[in-house]
Amino acid sequence: MRKKRASIRRRLTAPLLATSIALSGLIASGCDRESETNHTNGRAQIVIQNIGSDTMVNLAQAWAEEYATVEPEVSVEVSGGGTGTGVAALINGTADIANCSRQMEPGEIAKVNVADGQKPKENIVGYDALAIFAHKDNPLEEITIERLAAIYSEKGQARSWADLGVQVPGCQSGEMILVSRQSNSGTYHYFREAILGKGVDFKLGTLDLHGSKDVVELVSRTPCAIGYSGMGYATPEVKMLRVARKPGEAAFAPNVENTQTGAYPIARPLYMYTRGDQKDAVKKYLSWIQSEAGQAIVRATGYVPIVKDAGLRAAVEQGAKRP
Amino acid sequence: MRRRRWELISESLVEGLIRLCGVSAIIFVFGIFYFVFREGSGLLWGGRFSVFQFLTSIEWYPTSQSHVRYGALGLIAGTLSVTLLAMAIAVPFGVGAAIYVSEFCSPRAKETLKIVIELLAAIPSVVWGFIGLTVMNSLIIKLFNAPIGLNVLNGGVILALMSVPIIVSIGEDALKAVPDSYREAALALGATRWQMVRRVLLPAAKNGLLAAALLGVGRAVGETMAVLMATGHSIRIPTSPLDPVRTLTATIAAELGETAVGSDHYQVLFIIGILLFSITFVVNLGADLIVRGIRGKA
Repeated sequence: MRKKRASIRRRLTAPLLATSIALSGLIASGCDRESETNHTNGRAQIVIQNIGSDTMVNLAQAWAEEYATVEPEVSVEVSGGGTGTGVAALINGTADIANCSRQMEPGEIAKVNVADGQKPKENIVGYDALAIFAHKDNPLEEITIERLAAIYSEKGQARSWADLGVQVPGCQSGEMILVSRQSNSGTYHYFREAILGKGVDFKLGTLDLHGSKDVVELVSRTPCAIGYSGMGYATPEVKMLRVARKPGEAAFAPNVENTQTGAYPIARPLYMYTRGDQKDAVKKYLSWIQSEAGQAIVRATGYVPIVKDAGLRAAVEQGAKRP
Repeated sequence: MRRRRWELISESLVEGLIRLCGVSAIIFVFGIFYFVFREGSGLLWGGRFSVFQFLTSIEWYPTSQSHVRYGALGLIAGTLSVTLLAMAIAVPFGVGAAIYVSEFCSPRAKETLKIVIELLAAIPSVVWGFIGLTVMNSLIIKLFNAPIGLNVLNGGVILALMSVPIIVSIGEDALKAVPDSYREAALALGATRWQMVRRVLLPAAKNGLLAAALLGVGRAVGETMAVLMATGHSIRIPTSPLDPVRTLTATIAAELGETAVGSDHYQVLFIIGILLFSITFVVNLGADLIVRGIRGKA
């Protein structure tokens, strides 16, 4: 009996010891990091919290990394979670900048107003073409907005690939697998409004995935699937369909040129919202993002830079709002 | 003398502290139940919400701009279908493994097996979900010619793997609780080992094994991350194991982040929480009563 108890004790102490060592290590390293950030070159470190859109998270990360070489004393902390998450963080005051792949809604603006006493400031920092993805073996090359609505909307009639007149190799049942996004996604909201129309809902039975990348990933593995996501997430494993406004009109591929001229029908501005009163560092960061250097990163990460010409810019933004 | 008094004080201090630890579990459970209930109750009694619609409609449109509908039938069906399939796989495997570990294998193999099974329990659910999303998805499409590999089958297999360790360890305890005199008597009467297991051990450990299965069910119903990733997250009433579904837990996980605190959508998610809480509470209570039944008899 005594022997047994001793063995139990030994068994218990080993993992306990391990955890306590690990914990103390964590605490120690945490302290180290903090003291480091506080005393680099004797200058204070300024932290900018940047939360929001999953579509923009790669871009925001690339900006943050590049900016670390431009302004070493400013560190930008980026996290995703969806446009809704970013807006909520702006309302709660836990984010300095909220990334949004759609415009903030009047209700959300009002909430920031209540919390902050001022309306949030809107900055357009680039554009994103919303690409329609299909499996690379899918023979379909182009699609119209009308068809997309028939596929995705609650009252839409298209249910199988045969309804679109195509037969997809590797998809024996012919059933169309609709890949969509979770409902706090800005991309979801934009698609619903731009493709399905105001007040129209998605079909039940869409696969609501939790990230822009997941959509492309799933479509690349599923011959029967169709999905939408930012063009920056394209991989060689999937095909981006050309999109036409109306049947009979020319269809355009999602790319930088077609988005900047407003030819591609489902492109949208990407926004960064801040509270009314903001740190100087945040202002400086935003103007750097909108500068030549910041916009070069937009292009490099697969998004579309801001158009300089004011007239063209208005046209693009109009087109983006009303396809 | 002084030392004696100090010992008395420290003794009662430690005793009080330990008592607090024990009671805290109860406080936490009731605290959580109160919190979940309070967050959801505003809508539940508010009159704008129909429990009938919630339980019988499949239409879940919490963010619709024209017509918001909260029908959770599709989600309930999703949770039930995945759990049922998971249990259909996990119970035979888990009970079989428990019998093997407790009755048939050598002490050395037993130690190894137990460690490996515990390791299975230690794999984080996100990792399971990731396996479902990548490996199982392609595998199911290839094997069954299914249109999509994220479905009831995928989620069920993963949940089965996750609940097997619980079933094995509790099932093994139940078998161990059967007195050796039963085994000896059966063998002395000329029964083979298999006959002894089937005719003597299983009936004697029946309650414990049932409790093991029910705790496995509790694990499966409550699991979130893995099913969120592996079942496709698609609202529908499944008609075959190859249909994608969406579960109650996954819905809360996916949608709670976006909702404004106190809004209808937020409260409905908490009502789903109440529903889940009730399901797991009933299942765990059932398991507990059954286990108590065994102890009472033994």
